[in-house]
Amino acid sequence: MISRRVREKIAFTFLRLSALLVLVALVAILYYIVSNGIGVVNIGFLLKNPEEGMTRGGIFPAIVGTVYLVALTLLFALPLGVATAIYLSEYARGKNNRVVMIIKMATRILAGIPSIVYGLLGLGLFVLFLNLRFSILSASLTLSFLTVPIIIAASEEALESVPMSYREAALALGATRWQTIRSAVLPYALPGIMTGSILGLSRAAGETAPIMITGVAYYLPRLPISLFDQFMALPFHIFTLSTQSSNPQLTRPVQFGTVFVLMALVLVMNLAAIVIRSRYSRLRA
Amino acid sequence: MRTDFIIERFFLLCALSSILVIALIFIFLFKEGIQTFIYISPIQFFTGSIWQPVASQPKYGILPLVAGSILVTLGATVIAVPIGILCATYLAEVSNPAAREILKPMIEILAGVPSVVFGFIALTVLADFTHGIFNTTYRLNALNGAVILAVMIMPTVVSVSEDAISAVPKEYKEAALALGATRWEASRRVVLPAALSGIIVAAMLGIGRAIGETMAVLMATGNAPLLTFDLLSSVETMTATIAIEMGEVAFGSPHYHALFAIGLVLFAMTFIVNLIAELVSAKFRSLRY
Repeated sequence: MISRRVREKIAFTFLRLSALLVLVALVAILYYIVSNGIGVVNIGFLLKNPEEGMTRGGIFPAIVGTVYLVALTLLFALPLGVATAIYLSEYARGKNNRVVMIIKMATRILAGIPSIVYGLLGLGLFVLFLNLRFSILSASLTLSFLTVPIIIAASEEALESVPMSYREAALALGATRWQTIRSAVLPYALPGIMTGSILGLSRAAGETAPIMITGVAYYLPRLPISLFDQFMALPFHIFTLSTQSSNPQLTRPVQFGTVFVLMALVLVMNLAAIVIRSRYSRLRA
Repeated sequence: MRTDFIIERFFLLCALSSILVIALIFIFLFKEGIQTFIYISPIQFFTGSIWQPVASQPKYGILPLVAGSILVTLGATVIAVPIGILCATYLAEVSNPAAREILKPMIEILAGVPSVVFGFIALTVLADFTHGIFNTTYRLNALNGAVILAVMIMPTVVSVSEDAISAVPKEYKEAALALGATRWEASRRVVLPAALSGIIVAAMLGIGRAIGETMAVLMATGNAPLLTFDLLSSVETMTATIAIEMGEVAFGSPHYHALFAIGLVLFAMTFIVNLIAELVSAKFRSLRY
């Protein structure tokens, strides 16, 4: 019979090991990407077009394509996401009517819908039905649908953390509801909204499946100049070079470099979100 | 006052767009997918065991694709859910604040890694391990997909179950400790059972993500539409089929409609899984307050 203390030791060891396993997985992934990718990345790689069947040169069009895509996604998703959160948190708070419940449930269900299904919607609705063609506009509209639920969830949480006394003070001074939200609630919730939006956008930057069927191109020597142009993107570049080309070994260094750049972009966005959140939560505590 | 009313209506309209998007998804998948059955009988579609859409006699049986998705998802769940729950228990019950300060951002970073990067890792290095250790016939196989998916859904499982465990009132644990339980006994017999519904939600959300994941499985599993439940065989999932084949179909063809019909099946599956999570957590909330 093992004593209860020993049993506790064994159990805690297992708990620690499982946490360690998760940590090791992340460190191994980062090490693999950095050690293979960092030697490839230099100014030329970032600022040149692909050359010689993608085996040499850089990934400039893919970087710019991803930046454009994310910027457009932000433009579409942020207003809608924040406005929804404002309704849910400011106007519908305490109202437990059916409409509010269904809206809340819908936003959570949207967050769980697979990205490829959003892609199918984008293809059916934007590319074909609205005839926006296979374009950066179709792709970014599709991605904004996918990002909105993330922005709603984060903004709602940020708005709900605003102390009631802020609203009461503004209302007591004679402000209307909208003036209260605009001048007392939103400024306080802004860091939280920013954090959520950055996380949503970093997810959009890495999405591949939805843009594959709504507008991304394998190779374009020039940058998109209109909303109806196709575009290159970092995640799709990784996918095509590593699986669709006739000799993936030949482009392996470019693949590692592209993975490194995409990861750097996503990590910087994530870290920025974490820093903003912890700085403001500390300021307030 | 009147403008305030208009502003409120405006925000309500924005909020209603969430419902609109779900409706649009359903309408478009249904509109495009249902036309499959002009060409193929539903029985052939749902029970056919061969998926050969580009053969001279095309066959559109989605059973191998459904089996592929389920196999990879089950494999990932078996790996990620136990480890994820243990990790969450560590974070909520055992770790000191310093370890938590390191581990939690790490898990958030893991959650932010794009799926194509996981796919790339599965393709270029993880496959060497799974292929080498299990001596599989093909380098890319279902096991490879399951392992990379497990890593991908781990953050969801860990963070949602950690929230659930942390939400258990402190008094529960203190009562158990006061009765002479060890910390582990208090966690296992009191705290974890109290957090069970939240942990179930975590598992369901993880499963939902795994079924819908596209790029990682697409790059990891070898993409052979075989009807099998052998983890060491190559398989093709529903998501991968849509992503690869949609780029090559003629819009409006039977194959095009069939891919939308697969999307409809996928949407229904994730919808059900998420709805279960939703209902469990609603029940959980009503019990607590």
